[in-house]
Amino acid sequence: MTREFAIVWAHKDRLLDGFANTIWLCVVATVIALVVASPITIALMAQNRPIRMLARGLVDGMRCIPFLLFAYIVYYGFPSIGINLDNWGAGLLALTIYNAAYMAEILRGAWVALPRDEIEAGVAFGFSELRLFRRIILPPLVLSAGPVIGNQLIQIIKDSAFLTIIALPELTHAASSIQSRYYVPFAAFITAVALYWGLCLIVEAGVNVLRQLADARR
Amino acid sequence: MTSSNPVLSVVGVSKSFGDNEVLSDVSFQVGKGETVCVLGPSGSGKSTLLRCINWLERPDVGQIHLNGEPVGVTSGGVVMNDRRLSRIRTRIGMVFQHFALWPHLTVLQNLMEAPVQVQRRPKAEIRDEALALLAKVGLSDKRDAFPARLSGGQKQRVGIARALAMRPDLLLFDEPTSALDPELVGEVLAVMKELARSGMTMMVVTHELGFAREVADTVVYMDQGAIVESGPASEVLGAPREVRTQSFLSAVI
Repeated sequence: MTREFAIVWAHKDRLLDGFANTIWLCVVATVIALVVASPITIALMAQNRPIRMLARGLVDGMRCIPFLLFAYIVYYGFPSIGINLDNWGAGLLALTIYNAAYMAEILRGAWVALPRDEIEAGVAFGFSELRLFRRIILPPLVLSAGPVIGNQLIQIIKDSAFLTIIALPELTHAASSIQSRYYVPFAAFITAVALYWGLCLIVEAGVNVLRQLADARR
Repeated sequence: MTSSNPVLSVVGVSKSFGDNEVLSDVSFQVGKGETVCVLGPSGSGKSTLLRCINWLERPDVGQIHLNGEPVGVTSGGVVMNDRRLSRIRTRIGMVFQHFALWPHLTVLQNLMEAPVQVQRRPKAEIRDEALALLAKVGLSDKRDAFPARLSGGQKQRVGIARALAMRPDLLLFDEPTSALDPELVGEVLAVMKELARSGMTMMVVTHELGFAREVADTVVYMDQGAIVESGPASEVLGAPREVRTQSFLSAVI
């Protein structure tokens, strides 16, 4: 057992590279997913029924696809429709689009729960369209949706492990390759789990900071 | 309440929600520096009228002019786009019954937000004015507090200062003391009295008869979506002509 962990330790650089890739991938995917989600959220809240229905269909459709299948489609399927992406591009795109649907739904839920008065005050004070959203609606939205967004980030971290199947060199892929070469599955995978766990603890700490910011304003 | 160059002129405004007519053919004017108090039982259309003035509610028919400029519909009869409407709204300050301060911003930031983001005036100048306004409403020490940490009376004084920071031509008050505990009403009314004396043009929907008697130049009494009676405060409150006004006043006092 100790020998197994010693082998993993000897290849810690590889594992840490994978870990760094996982962090990079998840942070970038979360940020882009939020940016992509914002206009989708606006569409979900639109007065215009066709726009609202289209956004609703996209979001619901996306949330009902298993992520693994979606990653397969983006990497192996998209070339058939003329979109060729390397494993990084495909992995990032899959993670981003898939989670943008969740983020849009999270933001919509928080928006509906937002007090109407404050938005109306924004309108009365001359805010409109994008400026109203960016300055008056979005900040309290992020504060109240913060914990749920953090929860989704943890989901993204776990989903990113699936990207090992398109040979993206993230943490699971690194652990998997170490274990298959030296046959140390227990040590390799437990080490990876510990790293995922540590990452999620950091996210939780971040969520707590956001929660305190929100509490001071509530 | 008729003057040659009114700040606000409302002509023939009607508004229905479904089959329910909440405003029917309402017309009046507010002159510069005038304080108009709108009284009436709940459901009489007072708040809807106020909200129609800056087009938070869209009137079905009628014209609204601010300093001679059309609000909501151009003189050609076309409904204004959001941007143009927003520009006019920055000249009409509004104070809300439930304060409606922006919770993510500090008190000082609440005052500066619209002048900086919408009016795009110089930030240093806005900040100086905002600090002076906070001093005026007696809340200098709360400038870095979030609204959630204030009492109702303090929130409403911030609400008034926030509206003033826009340098509005007209201030609308939508039942500004109705959501306050009785002991906090006085501090808000004091600020409003001071404003009225300083020559601000104000339209106040309220149930505070004492305030109306003391401060209003004109009192408008509304019932069932129409203006029943209007005139100098001493006349409407002291010797109302209409039976409905008389019975409302005797019920309230």
